[in-house]
Amino acid sequence: MIKLEFYLVISTLMFFIGIFGFITRKSMIAVLISLELVLNAVEINFAAFNRFLFPHQLEGMFFALFGIAITAAETAVALAIIINAYRKLGNININDASKMRG
Amino acid sequence: MNILLLFVFIPILMIGLLFLTNSMKTIRSIMVAGATALLALSIVLVILFLRERAIDPIAEMLFISSWSWYAPLNISFTVGVDGISVAMLMLSSIIVFTGVFSSWNMNMAKEFFLWYCLLSIGVYGFFITIDLFSMFMFYEVALIPMYLLIGLWGTGKKEYAAMKLTLMLMGGSAFLLVGIIGIFYTSGHVTFNLLEIANNLHIPIEHQRWIFPATFLGFGVLGALFPFHTWSPDGHASAPTAVSMLHAGVLMKLGGYGCFRVAIYLMPEAAHELGWIFLILTGISVVYGAFSAVVQTDLKYINAYSSVSHCGLVLFAILMMNRTAMTGAIMQMLSHGLMTALFFALIGLIYGRTHTRDIREMGGLMKIMPFASVCYVIAGLASLGLPGLSGFVAEMTIFVGSFQNAGVFRTVLTIIACCSIVITAVYILRTVGKILYGPVQNEHHLHLADAAWYEKISTVGLILAIVFMGFYPSGVAEMISNSIIPIIERLAGV
Amino acid sequence: MEYSILIVITPFLLFLFLGLVGGKLKPNVAGLIGTLGMGLCAVLAYTVAFQYFFNVGKIGESWSQIVPFNFVWLKFTDLLHIDLGVLLDPISVMMLVVITTVSLMVHIYSLGYMKGETGFQRYYALLSLFSFSMLGLVVATNIFQMYIFWELVGVSSYSLIGFYYQKPSAVAASKKAFIVTRFADLGFLIGILILSFYTKTFDFASLTANDAELVTTSFAGGTFMGLSLATWALALIFMGGAGKSAMFPLHIWLPDAMEGPTPVSALIHAATMVVAGVFLVARMFPVYFFAAPDVLTMIAYVGAFTALFAAVIAITQTDIKRVLAFSTISQIAYMMVALGVSEYGGHDGLGYMASMFHLFTHAFFKALLFLGAGSVIHAVHSNEMKDMGNLRKYMPITNITFAIACLAIAGIIPFSGFFSKDEILAAAYHNHPAIFWTLWFVAGLTAFYMWRLYYSIFWNGDKKYDGHHKPHESPWTMAVPLVILAVFSIFSGLIPFANFISSDNMPFYTHIDWKVASLSLVVAVTGIFVARMLYRKASTKPAEIAQKMGGLYTASLKKFYMDEVWGWVTKTVVFRYICEPIKWFDRHIIDGSMNGLAWVTQKSSTAIRGLQSGQVQFYTWFFVAGTLVIALLVLFL
Repeated sequence: MIKLEFYLVISTLMFFIGIFGFITRKSMIAVLISLELVLNAVEINFAAFNRFLFPHQLEGMFFALFGIAITAAETAVALAIIINAYRKLGNININDASKMRG
Repeated sequence: MNILLLFVFIPILMIGLLFLTNSMKTIRSIMVAGATALLALSIVLVILFLRERAIDPIAEMLFISSWSWYAPLNISFTVGVDGISVAMLMLSSIIVFTGVFSSWNMNMAKEFFLWYCLLSIGVYGFFITIDLFSMFMFYEVALIPMYLLIGLWGTGKKEYAAMKLTLMLMGGSAFLLVGIIGIFYTSGHVTFNLLEIANNLHIPIEHQRWIFPATFLGFGVLGALFPFHTWSPDGHASAPTAVSMLHAGVLMKLGGYGCFRVAIYLMPEAAHELGWIFLILTGISVVYGAFSAVVQTDLKYINAYSSVSHCGLVLFAILMMNRTAMTGAIMQMLSHGLMTALFFALIGLIYGRTHTRDIREMGGLMKIMPFASVCYVIAGLASLGLPGLSGFVAEMTIFVGSFQNAGVFRTVLTIIACCSIVITAVYILRTVGKILYGPVQNEHHLHLADAAWYEKISTVGLILAIVFMGFYPSGVAEMISNSIIPIIERLAGV
Repeated sequence: MEYSILIVITPFLLFLFLGLVGGKLKPNVAGLIGTLGMGLCAVLAYTVAFQYFFNVGKIGESWSQIVPFNFVWLKFTDLLHIDLGVLLDPISVMMLVVITTVSLMVHIYSLGYMKGETGFQRYYALLSLFSFSMLGLVVATNIFQMYIFWELVGVSSYSLIGFYYQKPSAVAASKKAFIVTRFADLGFLIGILILSFYTKTFDFASLTANDAELVTTSFAGGTFMGLSLATWALALIFMGGAGKSAMFPLHIWLPDAMEGPTPVSALIHAATMVVAGVFLVARMFPVYFFAAPDVLTMIAYVGAFTALFAAVIAITQTDIKRVLAFSTISQIAYMMVALGVSEYGGHDGLGYMASMFHLFTHAFFKALLFLGAGSVIHAVHSNEMKDMGNLRKYMPITNITFAIACLAIAGIIPFSGFFSKDEILAAAYHNHPAIFWTLWFVAGLTAFYMWRLYYSIFWNGDKKYDGHHKPHESPWTMAVPLVILAVFSIFSGLIPFANFISSDNMPFYTHIDWKVASLSLVVAVTGIFVARMLYRKASTKPAEIAQKMGGLYTASLKKFYMDEVWGWVTKTVVFRYICEPIKWFDRHIIDGSMNGLAWVTQKSSTAIRGLQSGQVQFYTWFFVAGTLVIALLVLFL
């Protein structure tokens, strides 16, 4: 039997790897991939908690599915933004995209 | 259909019509027609009010109607008037009417008048409603157009002045919002209706202690309470004529009216307990404003500081909390509104021709534009309290009323406030002597034209109102004084 | 007697008419309308006076107060309300006669004097306004009505002094007059407020009834700085009177007020408005006597000092209108003294009667002097004595009437001034010897400076005038009022005044106190004689004497530097040490703190804007760190 803790450890690792990647990587694509890691970590959590704590309900599962769908949409938007950023900046270095500074 | 709603609907209709047109002529006719309708409506309202009052001498407010607006918080749009609001509506109509004629040749007239109408919606709405929330909303509606009107159509340091004025008044209204929410919750979050809160509910004294200063200060900023008056000189100096008129004539009265209707009416205990602090501040306003006016050289600054002094007297009298003084306060609001509007109309007229407002650069205008000059003298005399003009009756009612209070503190303050009549004479006569009399200073001024017909309408209209009030004060005083009874009873019941 | 209200209303209607449409009328028409209207007023006033004094006024032995017209104008509280009405009693009826007569004379005179001036219609409108205000003042039924009209006379005086509004000196003078009197009115107002707070009434009749019982009983022993509140109230009310009546140290506006047209000086600044202060004290006399006798004593001393002070200045002035102005101050001070030394009831109230008597006679001869001076100025186009001399040959009527007036003011028997001045001196003689001798000395000075004036204008060598500016007698419009006023100046002293006016409204009998009369006659004749020696012929003697007097002469010529003192107070103290600092404080401290608030907001937002770097990863750092901190806080606290 795989215990809940295993899922949680995996998801925590994924989450922090994602965060680490999000903060350290310079390429926008890599940042986006890190973001996906973070989101997927969360979705694992949803599914796992649902499975172990409320086995007779499906909200967690739904939420995870919902999250996947949103993630897909978000990726599409993010890629579009990245392409535009590339057109504008000539590269996809995230440090160069700082037009929004105060 | 409640007659009071027309006060809001007519300006809305005017805005709608203004959108449809672009020709100057049509714009003017819309404005004149609308303003005349509002003036006529006010007169009708006064007559109807007096008739209704004769039938029903007991009700605090007449023409009450209510529409639920946001039921979960019990916010409703409730209208109703007593003698004081009727008087203020009349004043607003006169000034809106004359203001239209004073801004006859505006650039971007359409946009100007759009904001002008919006401003008047705010003012009228504020005076007809007796629901705290709606009151606050209309208050804000009146403030925002001010920013644009000064910022776009103003002169001199207009952006700075518009920003300063709006920010300071917004700061005041932040206090006010806190106060209003405080009133709502501490009175048991049942209603925003003033009458119901006053008569059926009670705000505990420990809460009154912080709500009263918040609301009084919030409205006081608009009433140019020392030391929050500095928006007034800069704002008035930069504003276009009609906006100065409306602002000093009516908008500043919102402050006094609010202090009276909200702060003191709802929180009589705190008013008794903490009134003395504000009484000192207003006493300072009265004398301080007058002294400041003595050494100013810009006509509009002189008038703005004189407004600080006169509006200080309004708040001063309200805080004296007896029937005579409060009647005097409302009369002073009317009187000051009329004469300060007249001043600004004339200053605008003079400035439009001489292109200067510095009194050192003018002289002998009496010879060049006798009509405008005589009107200016009349405004000056009204301001320094000549019997037969409105200033005298208002000031005397205030002084006599204030003096009826026992206690050395209030007596001494009254005597200090009385001193302002001398200082007023000094700055009025100094100005009049410098700009109207003496030899002509600047030969370019020799060929200036006297007032045009539309300027004559605006000044003569205001002078007639001033003279009417000066000659027949008892009618005005009685209408106001009867409406003050409920508030006095509440104050006495403490 | 209801028609007496017309006396007040007619001038007001005239003012409205001339003020609104006067500009469209021909000057002559406007002037004539004004004059006719004033004539109507005068006729009405005479009718009222006749009816009052010979028909209805006397009830039993005493003169009654009749109120034919009164209504509530503005209600303050149930007890305090401003009424407007007409109160007829001996002094107000007398004032009606004086005001309408002098005003009518001035109206007629101005038809000639002001001919061709720009603003002729405005001039007549303002004269009507003044007459209205002054008449309203004297018939006031209550102290607040008096205050209202008090302010109105102030404003009409202001407008008339500044009639030549393009002349800076006239503008300055009008401003000064208004502000000084306004300052005094502040005292008046506060006095009214204190008085009404305790007595709960403004009404003269209630205040003065039964030996001012209301006032003496209602002030329940309150004191302030060692004096009772009633004393304070009445002293403050007197301050208002002192301002209008140009008592030291509030007299400084009156000499400057001579910038106005001369007929205006005659009407306002000699005969009517400036005696308003005297009238006020007389109106409230029982209150003063019973509630605050200290104030009366003060009035007496202030008056005596002012009389002497003004007379000394009058000696050295060279502008003929200024001589007359100081003489007016001095003579009004006489009236004040008379009230101050008076007691109440019967012959003890001699001073009260004398004061009113002197007011009456003075109005005529001083108006005559001013109009005569105006006639002279009209002829030589100058106010300075040095431009005049030998005018008796050119202007016979003016010469004779002026001499009559000078005799009257010097107090030579049987001219009117003799009788009234004699009563004042007699009233002072018994109770206040110091004041008596002061006034006696002033009487000598008066005779001297008036005759100095007379000789300097009409004699003093045989000055020749060039053909071009040859002086000529004035037109009949100016001469007729002179003659009429001269008749009044001669005969008005013969009226048995005590029969009509007394402190307690009971007629009493007076006789000439020959001891006092002979003393005053001696000093007056001496004064005239000295003036004749010095000024009848052109000589250098006056200049030599002036040389010998040195500092005293200069001080008197400079009016004892009172203008400078007041100028210092207003310009330096008020402007530089009050207003300018306040202006600075307002701009830098108050406004500065508001701008400072904005500045702090701006600076702090600039300071924290660096955090908004645009670097997404930087934000994430903060976000994660923040989340962790919160998570740790939640877990371990």
